[in-house]
This record gives sequence, C-alpha cells and structure tokens, in this order.
Amino acid sequence: MSVFIDSNTKLLVQGITGRDGSFHSRQMMEYGTNVVAGVTPGKGGQKFEDKVPVFNTVADAVAATGANTSVIYVPPMYAADAMMEAAAAGIELVVCITEGVPVLDMTRVYPFIQEKGARLIGPNCPGAISPGQSKVGIIPGNICAPGPVGLVSRSGTLTYEVVNQMTRAGLGQTSCVGIGGDPINGTNFIDCLAAFEADPDTKAVVLIGEIGGTDEQDAARFVKENMTKPVVGFIAGQTAPPGRRMGHAGAIISGSSGTAAEKIASFEDAGMGVAERPRDVVGLLQARM
Amino acid sequence: MNIHEYQAKEIFRSAGIPIPPGEIATTPEQAEEIARRFGGTVVVKAQVHAGGRGKAGGVKLAKSPEEVRELASKIIGMTIKDLPVEKVLVTPAADIASEAYVGVIVDRASKRAVFMVSPDGGIDIEEVAASTPDRIMKLPVDPRYGLQAYEAMQMGFFLYKDDVKKARAAAQIMRQLYVAFIDSGASLAEINPLVVTPAGEVLALDAKMVIDDNELDRLPAVEALRDESSEAPSEVAAREAGLTFIKLDGNVGCVVNGAGLAMATMDLVKYYGGDPANFLDIGGSSNPEKVVNALRIITSDPNVKAILFNIFGGITRTDDVANGIVTATKQNPLTVPIVIRLTGTNEEIAVKILQENGFSAMTDMDEAVQKAVALATGKEAS
Repeated sequence: MSVFIDSNTKLLVQGITGRDGSFHSRQMMEYGTNVVAGVTPGKGGQKFEDKVPVFNTVADAVAATGANTSVIYVPPMYAADAMMEAAAAGIELVVCITEGVPVLDMTRVYPFIQEKGARLIGPNCPGAISPGQSKVGIIPGNICAPGPVGLVSRSGTLTYEVVNQMTRAGLGQTSCVGIGGDPINGTNFIDCLAAFEADPDTKAVVLIGEIGGTDEQDAARFVKENMTKPVVGFIAGQTAPPGRRMGHAGAIISGSSGTAAEKIASFEDAGMGVAERPRDVVGLLQARM
Repeated sequence: MNIHEYQAKEIFRSAGIPIPPGEIATTPEQAEEIARRFGGTVVVKAQVHAGGRGKAGGVKLAKSPEEVRELASKIIGMTIKDLPVEKVLVTPAADIASEAYVGVIVDRASKRAVFMVSPDGGIDIEEVAASTPDRIMKLPVDPRYGLQAYEAMQMGFFLYKDDVKKARAAAQIMRQLYVAFIDSGASLAEINPLVVTPAGEVLALDAKMVIDDNELDRLPAVEALRDESSEAPSEVAAREAGLTFIKLDGNVGCVVNGAGLAMATMDLVKYYGGDPANFLDIGGSSNPEKVVNALRIITSDPNVKAILFNIFGGITRTDDVANGIVTATKQNPLTVPIVIRLTGTNEEIAVKILQENGFSAMTDMDEAVQKAVALATGKEAS
C-alpha cells in the first residue's frame, strides 16, 4: 500500500514536450510509472518517445486515455492555468512541479481545485514516489526502496539526503511526498499525516519541515491528537536570519513567528522524535519501530 | 522585492488614494529647494528598505528650508539596519487628528489576501496584535469577487465607529488599495498611518509595499522600480547569475543545491561549532556556469575562510558541478581551502574529474561540514 499514487496511477504529463517535461517523463517511464498521455497545446496528434500520445488539451487526453493523475512541468506564468485545466477535466490528483508560481495565482487556484474535488500537491515541489509502484515528479528513484516508512517534506534535495540515508540503513518507504516550499500549496502536512495514519503498511512517519508559517506546529498538534504511529521530525533553517526569504518563497521568519525553535518545541510537545541533524532521523526511527 | 515609500505612494496615488504631495531629493540642496516650493513645515523621510526608520533618526520634521537642508545632509548617507540612505522624501507635514492602520497581506493560513485594520495607527502593528488583539479587525478577501463595498464599509466602521463620512472615505481607500495590491503583484501593501485631518479629510501619510518576486517576469513596470543601490552588491550579482544568495556574518562559505538542503547545511555548520557565511542555492538544473558564478560571489567575501560544497545529485549532475569547480578555480585560483561533498547522479565521474585536478571529494555530509568548520576556525590546516 501507499498514499496518493500507486500501481493504478494513470499519469498525464502537462508540458511533456518541454525540456524538463520530456527529461522527467523519460525518467518516470523508466521507473515504471504508467504514463498514458501528454499535453502540449499545438502538438496534439504527436507521440512522445514513439509511445505516449500527445493531446492539445487535458480534456482530450482524459477522454481518450482515462488519465487520473497529472504532473505539471510548464513555466510559472502558465502553471495556474494548467492546474485549473487539469482539475476541470476531472483529474483526481494534480502534482505541480513548477517553481515560481505567483502567490496571488495560488489564491485563485486553491478554491478552484477544492470546488472540483481534486487534490493538488505543490506547486514548487519534487512530487511523490511510492517505491516499486509509481513515481510522479522528480524524486530520484534509485535512492528509494519499498518499506514501512512514510515521508512528507517541504523540501527537495534535503528529502533526497534523508531518504538516501534511510534506504542505506534498510528503512524503505511506503511513499515519499514533497508538498513544496511555497506559502500556499494544495496539500499540507496534516493531509499527508492523515493518509499515512490510514495506510496499513506505513508503520512510522518522517516529517521534514522548515522555517516559515505554522504548518509544522499544526502538524504537531495533529500528531498529538490523532496519530497512533511514531513520527520523527526535522526542521531546516535554525540559523536563518529573520525577514529574509531563504530560497523557498515560504521560508521566511516574520516577526517572532515561523522560527525553527517554536516548531521544534511543538514537535517535542507532541512526543515526536526530533532529529537535530538529518542523519539522526534513521536512529530515531529505529528506536521507535 | 522591496520598493521605497515614494514608489509605493506613486502606485497608491495612481489607484486614487489621497496622499499629500511629495518629492525625492538625493542632495541636501535639492531637499531645501523642494521644501521652499512647498512652504511651511515639511517632513524629511529616509528612503530605505528597512522598518523602524523613525526610531533610527531617519524621519524628521523641519520648520524651514534651511533646517531641511541641515537634516537632509545628516539623513542622506546615514545607514539604517546596514542599508545606506541615498534619497529622502520631502513632503508637507499634515495636521493629524487621529491615526489608523490599514494593511493587506497574503495569508498562508487562509490562503487568501487578508485585510488587517486597526484604529491604533502609527505604531508597529505586530505590537498591537500582541497586546490588544481586539483592536485589530481581519477580513479575508474572496479572490473570485475581490473586496466588496460592504466588506470595506465593515472595516471603515470598525476604524471610525459611527462616523459614516469617514468610514466611507476609508472604505474607498481600502478598495483602491486592494486593486493596487493585486495589480502590482504584491504580497504586502500597508498604509501606516491612515490619518484624519482636523478638517475631516482621510489621507494616507505613509505607504509600504512588498512585491512577490515571482510576479516580476510578467510585470516589467514593477520590476523597473527595483533599486539595486539599496541591496547588497553580492545579492545583486547572485540574482543576475540565477542564484539565490543571502549574505550572513560567518566564515564558512556554503554552496548547496536546493533551498532545504542549503538551510540544513548552514544549521550543520553551526551544530559543529562554525558559522555560515551565506545561504546559497545553485538550484536544480545542471550548469557549470552557475558554479563558476557561485564561487566568484563567495570568494569576494573577505570573511570567508573555507568553502563548503554540498551537492546531492538528483536533477543536478554532480559531474557538472565538478567541472564548474575546476573551471572556476583555473580562472581564479582559490586563496582559501575548499571542501567538496557530492553524492548522487554521476558521482563516480565527478570524483574522477576532481581527483585529476588535485581536489579530493567526500561523500558524507557531516564529515564534510566538520572538516570545513575545522579549516575555517584554523583547527585544521589545509
């Protein structure tokens, strides 16, 4: 079992003929993901890699292939429209990899996606992987392995660092979900924690957060009140100066809110394992499983 | 991106918000000449991307043009929170009967633009929020409909009780502020204070705007407001090179791919007893040129005593990073020790490239950070 994506995922790639879209589509296909369609306006009728049909619109692609999940690799100024197009066409899970989507666009996209009953992961995220079943996004498949740990993170390469250490220590994953580093995103920590709690194969969860906002504190409260499975947390940005955006648009400490210290305190209050360094995650998991 | 008060005022003014006139001076003489034209008492305000200008002595009242010149000569050239003041805004002083606060921000919790208003203006709104939260009204705006007249009136009445005339004037300003906020791609727009004059006029005396960097590609007119002289030169160079860079005070220069890993690397430097000199994210795509630029920016900081590369190859190919390091150090030989940690995509090729060029590579993040800290603090010789 796994969360959000599995062997039943029928994937559509928006922006499949672009530089990033084509590169990662090949990677996903090599991993074994069932890529059923691509969309690039004006390139309908072509085939990607002689295999995957390309359509002009998401609606056409869904009608012809029954795609249920979409991954978006389009430039930031077109990403909001791409997310809405996917949800409007009946796609159940929309994963937006694109970095740099204006936050005001997201204030419009979020209620739209909700009304359509779809789930959005991202934007500005590495996507999700359920090792051995499906990979949607850009998480390197070779560092993951099937196993009992669920992982959710706001970051990309930091996630790879932790997953790599877990896999090397023999701790495989049910699913890894990157929810993205933007201030407004479609899926938050609590959505993922609830999914992992409900997944019978997930025995423990790793949560990788960072400075900015109060998502981690809300997640800690959820862990305290609703989770029976052990959760281990790490927060990046303990040395970040206030008021500066640390790469991720959402990673900013405003006033006294959003600091690493308050997030770590909330983890401790929830009885979570708190990793001081990324490498401590493995030991904390082993002690709790 | 931050913009100056005078630039935000121009945006607000063109949205229809009533704002007293004002002009910009870069010399004391210009400031004096502007004050002479306005006549009467004026305010001289430092134009700098920092809060707390008043407390720092950057905002002064002057009764005569001569006094304006004297004050301007002190304010121009002063530094507020490490930022040099190069311009002052000269504006006629307004008579003030009351001060309120009006702001709109993108709120991550409600995932909407949210208005915050308070009848207690002219002071730090975060202090009001902490000490007297009942003196603040918050109103989330539905992005599909924008700020409606009745919503703006609710806030107007919150500010001015039963005075419908003032409530209406404030409501009009809030609707204009919302339009300016959306059209400029802002993440924050603020009027503090919104004042009522003894004659009953409602005016915006100050203006602040922060623009969402992600909007700038589609808003060239807003991008044109960027004032590079008020940003750190190293940060300007980094932006032009497509890197995200934030200068800090430590001595371990960090080059990392990915924002989360970059923060975690800084934290680990601190954990092992060092101090990071910067945050630097070379981003996800492979490009040796980015590495060359990153090294140039890092080595231009005289505080840097050791350089630490921490690369986790996913989309980033570690051999590209290795090639970038070799190219950069051939162009400009390093004067400080370098520690290179890379793992992931094409790791074997990268290690070979580095070894052939006299560098050693590490694969463990913690060991690399410890080594860089030891080198920077002189505990280990290179």
